[in-house]
Formats: sequence, C-alpha cells, structure tokens
Amino acid sequence: MAELFRRYGTTLTLAMAAATFVWVVMMVVLPYFVMVEYSFHRNLTVSELGGPKDVYTLENYASLFRGTDLSAFEFSDDFRVFMRTIWGSAAVTLVCLLVCYPVAYYLAKIAPPERAAFLLVLLVIPFWINEILRTFAWFILLAYNGPLNVLLKAVGIIDAPVRWLSGSGGVIIGMTYAFLLFMMFPLYNAIETLDRNQVEAARDLGASTWKVHWRVVIPHAKPGVAVGCIMVFVLAASSYIVPYLLGSPGTRWFTQTIYEWFFEASDWPRGSAYAFILLGLCVAFIMVMMKLFKVGLTDIAK
Amino acid sequence: MGESVELDRLTMRFGAFTAVDSVSLTIEAGEFFSFLGPSGCGKTTILRCISGFTEPSEGRVLIGGRDMRGIGPNKRPTALIFQNLALFPLMSVAENIAFGLEVRGASREERRRRAEQLLDLIALPDSADKRIAELSGGQKQRVAIARALAVEPQVMLLDEPLSALDLKLRQHMRAELRAIQKRTGVTFIYITHDQGEAFTMSDRVAVMSKGRIEQIGVPADIYDRPQSEFVATFVGENNRFEGPLVDKSDGLGVVETSAGRYAGKLANDRLNVGETVALYVRPERLALGAGADNALAARVTHADFEGAFANVFLKGGDGRPIILHLANDGRLPDLAEGSELTVGFAAHQAIIVPRGERARD
Repeated sequence: MAELFRRYGTTLTLAMAAATFVWVVMMVVLPYFVMVEYSFHRNLTVSELGGPKDVYTLENYASLFRGTDLSAFEFSDDFRVFMRTIWGSAAVTLVCLLVCYPVAYYLAKIAPPERAAFLLVLLVIPFWINEILRTFAWFILLAYNGPLNVLLKAVGIIDAPVRWLSGSGGVIIGMTYAFLLFMMFPLYNAIETLDRNQVEAARDLGASTWKVHWRVVIPHAKPGVAVGCIMVFVLAASSYIVPYLLGSPGTRWFTQTIYEWFFEASDWPRGSAYAFILLGLCVAFIMVMMKLFKVGLTDIAK
Repeated sequence: MGESVELDRLTMRFGAFTAVDSVSLTIEAGEFFSFLGPSGCGKTTILRCISGFTEPSEGRVLIGGRDMRGIGPNKRPTALIFQNLALFPLMSVAENIAFGLEVRGASREERRRRAEQLLDLIALPDSADKRIAELSGGQKQRVAIARALAVEPQVMLLDEPLSALDLKLRQHMRAELRAIQKRTGVTFIYITHDQGEAFTMSDRVAVMSKGRIEQIGVPADIYDRPQSEFVATFVGENNRFEGPLVDKSDGLGVVETSAGRYAGKLANDRLNVGETVALYVRPERLALGAGADNALAARVTHADFEGAFANVFLKGGDGRPIILHLANDGRLPDLAEGSELTVGFAAHQAIIVPRGERARD
C-alpha cells in the first residue's frame, strides 16, 4: 500500500482503492449477502411480512432433503434432481478425463511441437463460437432424424434411430464437449512439464506402457488432473443451457430446479437456499479433490 | 555377468542427415567401453540404438549374440543412465531403486531387501526413505546407478552421467563407477566428450567424428598413436607440422615442413613418400635443448606458471604457435616474453598421420 502511495500519489491511490472496494462490495459481497439473507426467510405474502411467521429458519435448506412431503408444486423430486446432478457432473468429469488424457499426452509428449501447436489451435477454434450455438449444433446432430442416426444407420451399426436426447446421454455428451478444453489445458500443461527422460527411464527399466503412465506420468500430472476435474465438475454442476437444450423432462439438472423455484414458483428464499446448496456441493467437491490428490491451493492456482 | 555387444554396420539417418554411418565393432562381455567424441558425432544415437529407443535405419545391434531388432527398450538386457539421471522425483530413494523390480511384479519385501542391498553397494545406507530432492548431486548419481543395477542388466549404458557434477566429485565418481563395474562384471558402455573420463575408466575407447569411428583402442594407444588428424587434435593438446613425406624406413618417416625437417613415427605403412602428411608432437614430449632427432628454435610469447609445471606458448621461426609443457624440476629457464628457447624431440615422440579433417576447438 505504501508502495502504491509513493508511486501513484494519494489521490490516485485512494481512487483506485475506492473503486476496488466498491466493486468487491457492490458486485460480490452484497449480492451474496442478500441471497444468504433470503435463503433463511420463509416465502411470505406481503401481508405476512413482519408478522409472527416472518422469522429466520432453515426450512428452505431442509426442504431439499425432506423429499416430496413438503413440496406443494409439481416438481416434487428436487432431491432426485440434485443427486442426478452430482452423478451426471461426475460422469461428465470422468468422460472428459478419459477423452482428454490420451490427447493431452499426445500433444504434450509425442507430437512434434509445430503439429502440437496446430492441433491446439484446431481444438480452440470451435470454442470461439457461442456456447448456445455449439449446444444447438449437438441438438441437431443427436436429433431423432439427425445426421448421427442417419450415418449409423447407413453404416449398418443400428437398425432403427436411437433417441439420444431422451435420457441423460445427450446432456453428458453435450457437456463433455462444452467443457473439454477446461480439462485439456490443465492436463496438457501438467504433462508438458514432465521430463521425457522420466518416461524413457521407466520404459528402460522394464515398465509397460500402462505402468509408465500409472507410476510416472499420472503422478506427475496429478495437479493438472485435479484442476481439470474441479473445473469440469463445477462447470457441469452449474451448467444451465446444456441440460436445458439437450435434456428431457426426465433429466432435469439442479440449476433448472433453482431457476424454477426463482422464476416459476417465485419462491426466492427456496431458490437462494438451493443455489447455496449447489455452491456447497462445488466447494465440497473441490475440497475432496484437493485432499484426494494431495494438492494445495497454490498448485491449483498454477 | 555382462554380455557382449556387437554393432554390425549400424547406420542411422534422420532425413538427409546421417547421424551414424555404418559403424561396426564388438564390445567384449564385461568390458568398460567408451565412445568419445564431440557433440553431434553420433555417440548418443548409438547408445539409443543399443538401448532400443531408436531402431537403426540399417544394420544390426546384437547383445550376447542375439539380434535386438524389434525388441523394445523394456525388454532388452540393458539399463540406461541418463545425462540428467531422470530419477523419479515423486518416489522415495528405495522406490526409485526398486522401480524395475516393481514393474516386474516383485513383492514389497523383496523390493525393500534389494533396495537396501544396493544402497549398501553404493555406500548410501539409511537413505531408503529419503526423497530424491534431499540428496546431493553425487548421491543422486549413485542412486541412478543403483536403480539401473537393480534390474540386473547385462549391459549398462551411461550417457555422460557425470557432466553435471563438479570436478572433484566427477573424479571421485569415475573411480567409483570403475569399481562398481569391476565388482559386478557388467559390460559398461560410456558416452562422453571428456577424454579424461574416457581414459581413466575405460578398457577401450572409440573416438567418433561425424557418425564414423575414427579409431578404437586402449587409452594409451589413442593418446600416443592417433591414426588420424582428428584423433590427434581432439584428444589432448598437440603441436602440428605439415609437409610432404620425404623419407620413410622402419616405421619412421621424415617430413619436410616450413620450419625444417622433422622425423616421427608413421601412423601406418600406407603413407607414401611424396604424400603431404601432418606431424604431431605433444606439448609434454617437447624438451628443452636440441633433441636427438629434431630441434626447433622459438621465442616465448607467454607462459603460465602452474607450480608443478608450466605451460609455455612459443612462436616458431616460421611464425607457427607451439605449446610446451615443462615439468618444474627446479631449473626452469627464463620464460619471460621474448626469450629465445631451443626445444627438441625424439622421432618416436612424434607421430605422422595422413592429412585429414581436424577437430574444431
């Protein structure tokens, strides 16, 4: 701070500090605080405000776990949606990891540098297109009479078109695609720093390809795996547009539930509470990953 | 016990560039053999062909008489020690050493026992559970050796593993490597650009240049009887004279140089009278005073007095630079700049080689 004063003078420094303060407080702290406050209220009519029912309560949080009894609306299976969001996000994370690891290894250690750079650009270009458009593209690709089914039928792999979009499959495919790069780059960066001699030394000492990866490459890439998993899981759990476009009524995502509580049920307290439960889920996942992969916040920041 | 390694017209091309050009030689079982050459001479490529990381473009590698074509590095009876050692930083010392046993499915107890045995061999007891980062340079070196020995290789391949160490440690590790090689009887193939390393440890040395073997021999042979200008200039320091060969008899020859006529040993009998040749005499073989066969007058340009000896830089009558190493016997002459000296050498102290490419220094 003293350094800033010396460098920019009192007026400018105070102006910058004030701007930062306003930004943090107005844009970050206050909205959260309002949401937290909401989440402990009951959803009351205007006439009930300030009445005996207007007290702080944990009901909104508890309602998720109390199952269907408390729910008066047609969306009575919030908890099932919550669970589906957890396993769905975990599945997306796992699929992303399985898809990205070989590609990241190839790009980082096998491909000649120019080709790796070229392929990385090819990977990035589709992501210059808006996420909604890309998801719509998958909607078309996976449609009942869409190109994928036509192709598979023409090749003879299937006899009748598959309803890709009716189960969770479409959502998982769409999200895997949408968040692929968030797994790819942490993995690529982590593997890239591995000394090639380590791989050759392991090989020379008799390790099979599988052993080389299990004992040398993956342990080295662990921070990258952790970061990639955290990114993809959090993005998947909080994704709205992909399940909205590629999901079916039976495969709603928790974000959709939150949206519905806010804007269709007009129950902002419940919506807020659910939003914080989702936040809690993401924080818990991050902590589990950090523990599991024995990486610290500094590793992740890298 | 070690196995022999035979290279049969081994050739390696990278596009238009030939890194190794039809190299044939046999390394005996249990031998300490060095490839000595400047960087880019193809010695590392040879090592990678033997270890199996590179398949040669042409020719064969035979280990213990068995053709190694198509056999991967993890299936060959070789162990490679990398220039940067490539120890696994996330594993303990014992895990590093026992890695080769682990991937072969040895039990935990067996691995532990063997690791401790090898730690004793390399004189690093009580280090089993240390992390690699806690070791000093020399200790890392030894762990890398132990890790390679753990898989009981028949051939140990070493890619300049000492180059990262400081001089004192390097000299110590030379002796240690040699001792381990003697004790285990494993064939050691050592790659280096440092002649001191090659000479102190090896039974035989192959000097390489541009993908070809220039000369193979015991260290004293390489030093005293270079067969080409490259070997004469790459290995150690040398004074060079050039001119036509005017006479030859009994393995000796006379060269007509711009500084005078000098006699020396002929590197081989194929040198003909009339052919332009190069005569080399080592700085320590030059002596003060006119020698039995050859003498030249020169003026001191400067001298480095080291204590036990002095390096004297001279300029000959024809302007050529001459280096002279003088042992300090207590009677060193005046080495002030400009002093006149006469130095000489016997014919058998000099070698006459065919004219060819010299090493760049």
